[in-house]
Amino acid sequence: MFRYALKMLINDRAKYVGIVTGLSFASFIIVQQASIFVGLMLRTIGFIYDTPQPDVWVMDDKVQFIDDTKPMSDTRLYRVRGIDGVAWAVPLYKGILKARLNSGNYQNCNLIGVDSATLIGAPPIMLEGDIISLRDPDAIIVDTVGANDKLSLDFPVRSQPLVNGDVIEINDKRAKVVGICKAARTFQSQPTVYTTYNRALNYAPNERKLLSFILVKAKEGISPKDLARSITNMTGLKAFDREDFRWLTISYYLKYTGIPINFGISVLLGFIIGTAIAGQTFYNFTLDNLRYFATFRAMGAPMTMLRKMILLQSFWVGGIGWGIGTGAASIFGFVSKNSELSFVLTWWLFLASMTAVGLISALSSFLSLKKIEKMDASIVFKS
Amino acid sequence: MEAIRCEKLFKTYGSGANAVHAVKGVDLVVNTGELLLIVGPSGSGKTTLISVIAGILPYEEGVCNVFGKEYRAMDEEEKTRFRKTNIGFVFQSFNLIPMLTATENVAVPLLLNGIESVEAETRAKTLLTELDLSDKLQTSPKELSGGQQQRLAIARGYIHEPRLIVCDEPTAYLDHKTGDMVMEILKKKVLNKDRAIIVVTHDPRIFSYADRILEMEDGQLVEKEKRVPLPQSS
Repeated sequence: MFRYALKMLINDRAKYVGIVTGLSFASFIIVQQASIFVGLMLRTIGFIYDTPQPDVWVMDDKVQFIDDTKPMSDTRLYRVRGIDGVAWAVPLYKGILKARLNSGNYQNCNLIGVDSATLIGAPPIMLEGDIISLRDPDAIIVDTVGANDKLSLDFPVRSQPLVNGDVIEINDKRAKVVGICKAARTFQSQPTVYTTYNRALNYAPNERKLLSFILVKAKEGISPKDLARSITNMTGLKAFDREDFRWLTISYYLKYTGIPINFGISVLLGFIIGTAIAGQTFYNFTLDNLRYFATFRAMGAPMTMLRKMILLQSFWVGGIGWGIGTGAASIFGFVSKNSELSFVLTWWLFLASMTAVGLISALSSFLSLKKIEKMDASIVFKS
Repeated sequence: MEAIRCEKLFKTYGSGANAVHAVKGVDLVVNTGELLLIVGPSGSGKTTLISVIAGILPYEEGVCNVFGKEYRAMDEEEKTRFRKTNIGFVFQSFNLIPMLTATENVAVPLLLNGIESVEAETRAKTLLTELDLSDKLQTSPKELSGGQQQRLAIARGYIHEPRLIVCDEPTAYLDHKTGDMVMEILKKKVLNKDRAIIVVTHDPRIFSYADRILEMEDGQLVEKEKRVPLPQSS
């Protein structure tokens, strides 16, 4: 009988297509919008991913997220180095500076100054050049997206990307490109430029304090969380292990920006529209077939069987719609992978969208089930 | 053998001033091997009476005993199980499912009775072949003529060997010749000594097939002299 229930559904082409379209649309919107949201959130912590060496990030106690740098004095570094459990601690500069291109254009850049001696904090993937070249005079490494886009020599035409050997000015000081790296895109989509810590201080505007972060490695056997706690206790600075620092940053964006609300509304709209379209079409399908369900009932089909038939039909279209919707969203993500669009489709988004579409199916079948349970089986005798 | 016994059967729709007494104290006995016609004007309560006899509608008073089972002693699911094995239906508007093939439509009662789908569809095909529908096995009912649809509906009504078949206006949408063919099938193929058939009809052309005719008037049954219409010239 369940095979017949599916045939009843599938062979009613117009309604079947209508229900599947509604659910596909809902699934697509939910997955696509949520993936963009996740992508955006991951961009906010991209730099933490790109800097895998330290176990603990130390910063001023007023810092709220990674781009909210509040400079500390260099002496803080020595205090941290003196704490038990610290294997090493190195300085990191992070700031937004103006770069002037040959064309005369100005671009804001995310300047990262990594420890001059160890180069800890340098980009993990080099596409051209060598990290060691950062020790050359005036050397900078530029991320490939920035080199090809905003820092291209003829921006906004973008036909002449920045390459090794090109010279630009950062804050009126000479900077020579010695490498092109791959770095996570930043939330504000600014180009990322790496140099050494000492050179970064040279590029940065003259301020009394310039140390943005202290990157700390825990000694073997010491838990990063415990070490972070003891650094905070002993210095009054904020200290987080990588995971907590990621959440600090993401929490800030969730709490203080309209991003989650905007995307949440889109996801909710997808859910509501999907429920409305699929629910109404499915309910109409049940109404149109009420006489046949009543015929089954008259012929001896128990109510539990009719309920299962309805649920099977509902979850069948849910499954197909979910598959099409997430498939379309995946293709969308694949096609836009080299664009500005942030799109990260995770396994738990698949699971969440499946749950959402399952809920839509359940809501759609709810009204139909009510109708079936209340139907008057004697309608079979009405002409 | 006694198939149906109704005593002082009452069925009312609504209540108070809006109450409509559709069946008023009906007494009825139907035996197996009998083809009973119930005739009467629209609104006289014929369909309500067969709905009650088929266990689809509940009744307020009296007795409705079908093959020794009293409906009032059963809950809804028990009545459903009883219908599944004991009652077959032939509806005025066929109620065939257009999304299924002819074979699948006929196989439904067997599937409900727990027969495997392969076996059920094989038996359905055999029966449809017997009813001269062998070339329509995979056809949707909506592509069949009225007569073919009614034969399909009859096949569905008795494929599971029920002991009672309830037919509601089975010839209403059919021309005289096709109506005759349908009644021939009911009388000669479907009816047997262990089975009773009740046919509700307006159609005087089929009176000749009845073993007995009862007339329903204003919710009550009146024995009607069996009238056989003159044979039509061919």
